[in-house]
Amino acid sequence: MSFPWAKQYNPTNPAMQWIDQRLPLPRLVYNAVGAGYPVPRNLNYFWNFGVLAGFALMVQIISGIVLAMHYAPNALVAFDSTEHIMRDVNYGWMMRYMHANGASFFFIVIYIHIFRGLYFSSYKAPREMIWLLGMTIYLLAMATAFMGYVLPWGQMSFWGAKVITGLFSAIPLIGPTLQEWLLGGFAPDNAALNRFFSLHYLLPFVIAGVVILHIWALHIPGSSNPTGVEIKTESDTVPFHPYYTAKDGFGLGVYLVLFAIVMFFLPNYLGHADNYIPANPLSTPAHIVPEWYFWPFYAILRAFTFDFFFIPAKLLGVLAMFASILLLFFLPWLDKSPVRSGKYRPLFRPFFWVFVVVVLILGYCGGAPANEPYVMISQLASAYYFAHFLIILPIISSIERPDPLPASITEAVLKGETESGAPIGIDGTPDRHTGPAVQPAE
Amino acid sequence: MIRFFGMLIGLFFTAFLVYSFGYGAYNYITDPSAETAEHVFHKKPKELHLASDGVFGTWDKQQLQRGYGVYKEVCSACHSLRQVAFRDLQSIGFSEGQVKAIAASFQVPSVDPDTGEAATREGLPADRFPLAYPNDVAARAANNNAIPPDLSLMTKARHDGSAYVYSLLTGYQNPPKALAEEFPDSMPSPTTHYNPYFANLNLAMAPPLTTTGQVSYDDGTKASVQQMSKDVAAFLTWTAEPKLVKRKQTGMYVVLFLLIFTVLAYFAYRNVWADKKH
Repeated sequence: MSFPWAKQYNPTNPAMQWIDQRLPLPRLVYNAVGAGYPVPRNLNYFWNFGVLAGFALMVQIISGIVLAMHYAPNALVAFDSTEHIMRDVNYGWMMRYMHANGASFFFIVIYIHIFRGLYFSSYKAPREMIWLLGMTIYLLAMATAFMGYVLPWGQMSFWGAKVITGLFSAIPLIGPTLQEWLLGGFAPDNAALNRFFSLHYLLPFVIAGVVILHIWALHIPGSSNPTGVEIKTESDTVPFHPYYTAKDGFGLGVYLVLFAIVMFFLPNYLGHADNYIPANPLSTPAHIVPEWYFWPFYAILRAFTFDFFFIPAKLLGVLAMFASILLLFFLPWLDKSPVRSGKYRPLFRPFFWVFVVVVLILGYCGGAPANEPYVMISQLASAYYFAHFLIILPIISSIERPDPLPASITEAVLKGETESGAPIGIDGTPDRHTGPAVQPAE
Repeated sequence: MIRFFGMLIGLFFTAFLVYSFGYGAYNYITDPSAETAEHVFHKKPKELHLASDGVFGTWDKQQLQRGYGVYKEVCSACHSLRQVAFRDLQSIGFSEGQVKAIAASFQVPSVDPDTGEAATREGLPADRFPLAYPNDVAARAANNNAIPPDLSLMTKARHDGSAYVYSLLTGYQNPPKALAEEFPDSMPSPTTHYNPYFANLNLAMAPPLTTTGQVSYDDGTKASVQQMSKDVAAFLTWTAEPKLVKRKQTGMYVVLFLLIFTVLAYFAYRNVWADKKH
């Protein structure tokens, strides 16, 4: 499915013709990320992050495969084999730092990508499936990253595995048995390390599969854009190649510069010093913290300090933590406002920015020790987190009066000019319809 | 339906959390938690500047060799360096012959070729530094029930590790009077030593570097306690990451290449979009 004005693949090279007739793979690529995919012309730099996420995933898979050639997933030697990679393997230090910091950068990119989706409501009809698949990728990435962090078998690996699998022990009746089953023992040991390695190797390929579905689903309605107004005519679009390949090339360059600076000059900044101490079941670190990308959820987990009648605080915390992630799946049905872009939603905007600040505060508290005042702050921030999605967004979407939307992407871009620069010969009244620009693009 | 149930769940969590916050805030205001001795007396590491710091950092090989001397003469009695091989010492400026001699000065575990029984032999450059104690039980028995940690990764395993090592070695002092008055439980025991740079203030390790000239330096540097501490901190920075300088040098080329790529990519982007307002 595409727009009627999408360019058709028309290879002139006989070799490409030969391949295309037998297996239309070049055609598929051409229509997916080539000149055959019309994209809104007004995308801003936030729209670079999808391509960057795909790139970050590839970096993780490639560096991870190389690391797996030298790493040994056995509790007796895992720590030393990681140090062997750092010291004796040619450029092993580079591969390991690339992989460790690559995980952080993958999450930075994913979080900006999700931020984009939240502000511009990219989850709304007809793009719900893209959002659901994206959230699935996010969940899988979190599972993969957690298991990957266990593999070096340092102190934080061990105690992180113990705490996170311990969350399942809060489930009534089956909890402790479930934790033993997950770990293959009473505490993390060789069985846990081995299965985590196996799954850590498997899941990225599952992610890659879901990424393909994510992009497939994207190509049904086409990309969203900062105005939230759907594509109407050819002048609203440019072909993905060369316009967005060029822009993504520049974005990739900026991303790689930042990545290289952290990887080569601050490689341990995002990690935790305790993970350079070999795992020791008999010595508990003073502060057990997960990696930074889990901090907001860790803060929500720890915000629950009271039993609620028969529900223990720990179970409440676990339920709230899973709920805080799972509720994102329901977002397309919680926010019913017909207007997509936050740019045209005056009531939504302040609440949204409060939400962004709240998530940053939760992140800070999640990384801080579990003392006051951090617990109090987490409680207030967590309350807003739930209120924002479950109470405020549904109410806003029914009472808000959105600002007038532009009639089309082209109009929003040209703002009173024509393509050649001369003023548009209309009477200057912008289209004042406030409803959604529902025009299914074929 | 989704919004209705969502609203119920949201109201529950929000109300519960706001209530928890109120309760916590009330307690926090009415009953401020007592401060701990660590909170009051623990100090952040002192400033330490090493040649390997910064973007253009390089190894000061003379210093690393002096630091190795301190490790060999003092630390190695109790602390192992199990991740480091003797051959690695060539990269801090020891010649092949010197490395062979250093290796031979250590006894490493071996097997008697005739009887198959456990034995020791002189080390070879390919061997790693041998353990200081045969096992943890022996380590505990010799050190008042405290295991001297392996030092290979020490400067990465502590926050601001190089400065931490330096501060710890130079930070032994008599416990302040206020500690005895306010936190008598946190006073050192007969087998521990007060050191404000250590996490719980009292360290099982006796001050290892105490007198000038304790280690003989053959490059003319005065072996003061400060200097020896600095040198061994530099040496342990190297043992924690022997590829640190190579990493930074590689990084310079990579970043330079990527900056050029990015500038070119930017002009390519501007060129492609030149005729398209967006």
